Amino acid sequence: MSSKSIAPPIQDQAALHAAGEHVVNRESGTSIASTRKRYSTDDNAFLRSPWLNRLLPFGLPLLLLIGWQLLTANGWIAGNILPTPVEVFRALIRLLGTGELVENIAVSTSRALSGFAIGGGLGFLLGVVNGISQLWEKISDSSIQMIRNIPHLSLIPLVIVWFGIGEEAKLFLVSLGVFFPVYLNTFHGIRSVDRGLVEMGKVYGLSRLALYTHIILPGALPSILVGIRYALGIMWLTLIVAETVAADAGIGYMAMNAREFMQMDVIVLSILLYALLGKLSDSMAKLLEKRWLRWNPVLSRK
Amino acid sequence: MTVDQAAFLHVDHIGKRFGERQILSQVDITIERGEFVAIVGRSGCGKSTLLRLIAGLEQPTSGQISIDRDNKASSAAGADGRRSTRFLFQESRLLPWKSVLDNVRLGIPDKNRHTAREALAQVGLADREKEWPGILSGGQKQRVALARALASCPDLLLLDEPLGALDALTRIEMQQLIERLWIEQELTIVLVTHDVSEAVALADRVLLIEEGHIALDMRITLDRPRERDSGFAHFENQILGRLLQRDNRQPLPMVRQPNFCI
Repeated sequence: MSSKSIAPPIQDQAALHAAGEHVVNRESGTSIASTRKRYSTDDNAFLRSPWLNRLLPFGLPLLLLIGWQLLTANGWIAGNILPTPVEVFRALIRLLGTGELVENIAVSTSRALSGFAIGGGLGFLLGVVNGISQLWEKISDSSIQMIRNIPHLSLIPLVIVWFGIGEEAKLFLVSLGVFFPVYLNTFHGIRSVDRGLVEMGKVYGLSRLALYTHIILPGALPSILVGIRYALGIMWLTLIVAETVAADAGIGYMAMNAREFMQMDVIVLSILLYALLGKLSDSMAKLLEKRWLRWNPVLSRK
Repeated sequence: MTVDQAAFLHVDHIGKRFGERQILSQVDITIERGEFVAIVGRSGCGKSTLLRLIAGLEQPTSGQISIDRDNKASSAAGADGRRSTRFLFQESRLLPWKSVLDNVRLGIPDKNRHTAREALAQVGLADREKEWPGILSGGQKQRVALARALASCPDLLLLDEPLGALDALTRIEMQQLIERLWIEQELTIVLVTHDVSEAVALADRVLLIEEGHIALDMRITLDRPRERDSGFAHFENQILGRLLQRDNRQPLPMVRQPNFCI
């Protein structure tokens, strides 16, 4: 792979939609993205009522839950294949009572966040350095691209040999997984800042530092936030796998432990917890986007 | 314009080449303080390059450009009271993540809010200071950019086809605004445009660049405010005639010959 080529940043549809045209322009996916946006922003009756607007996202999960309850309570699906929602809820209460659940969630969350801080921080720094300096890009980019193409979860056997099942193993894997989306999108964001704005800053006498803080970083921010959102998803995914394979605490461990005793309710509860935590972190990222990208006409509509 | 005004901007034997292509060669211009000069020419003739050279955005291949500022100002570069060069681009180049007011403040060395508000009021947008640039119309954006350029009280304003993308009505409004501010603030303005009538409407002097040379240097002696009357048309036609002349001189393609010969 030539060091010149910039891999397109990772964008899932939701993030792409939210970050708007600022991120997607000049990308090969421009036409698809812009048509998607155009169709998704047309107001229909459902979106105009504030109440319906609030409740609409909960509709589908609620329906799924009801369907699940119907299927399992009537015995269409056996209890040892899938527990009923009520059983899962009871397991939730039980584990909350013993304090086991809170402890496991705390362990998993702190692993996830510290891994994210390390990997994301490094990815951001390296993205900024490589985005600014052609020299550093030349030196490091082709190595980064090679490492990026290794599925980081394939390193699990190696990581277990290195670190055993200690905290380091999870931190390492999460950091590695989170690093690339943040790095790529930061790099891409900085490289695609409008040259005209930078030139304007120079003519208007901004110092080098002011050029970065007023123009280059804010200009790269939409892209960086897309990277962060994507990285948050990878963060949970990596952690789930790592905890399931090798851990002595955490949600994944709780699920694997429950498997030994065929506690289907606890297993399903763990899976649901991951879904909730993932949704929570995504909402937080979305909130950041809303706050920091208020200026973006695509986002400020409403 | 008065005779005793000192020469302000010297463009001295400027040459510029990009690779093999010679864009400008041996260009000499002297612009006096307070003058409004328009540079016209076909696209690709090097007029924008000349403006970018004056702004310091490009370095000349040969020759030099000097701006004769006050003694104290030129000795203390970067000092607060220094009057400076400002550049208005074809696109407004506002920062979309800063409010209108903060965009204007960007142009002021000490970031004074009050000065920025005054500049916005001058272009008639005082009530829009809290908005994001993204929701303004093209003409409004360009007015904010003008306020940003003027907020620091520059002595030299360089305009690179700033009205090119605007609709006809907005363009006339902007022309009047620029003319008014030029008179009020005692600016020196160099305007690059492909629109000959815009050049005649605004400038004291029109320079025509052709193949990297100054081909015409014409004073527009019409009174201000300028009406588009016969005098106006006279100047416009003269410049247009000179611009198109080169085409006329080239022999027309051979008139179709009879298909047979004896």
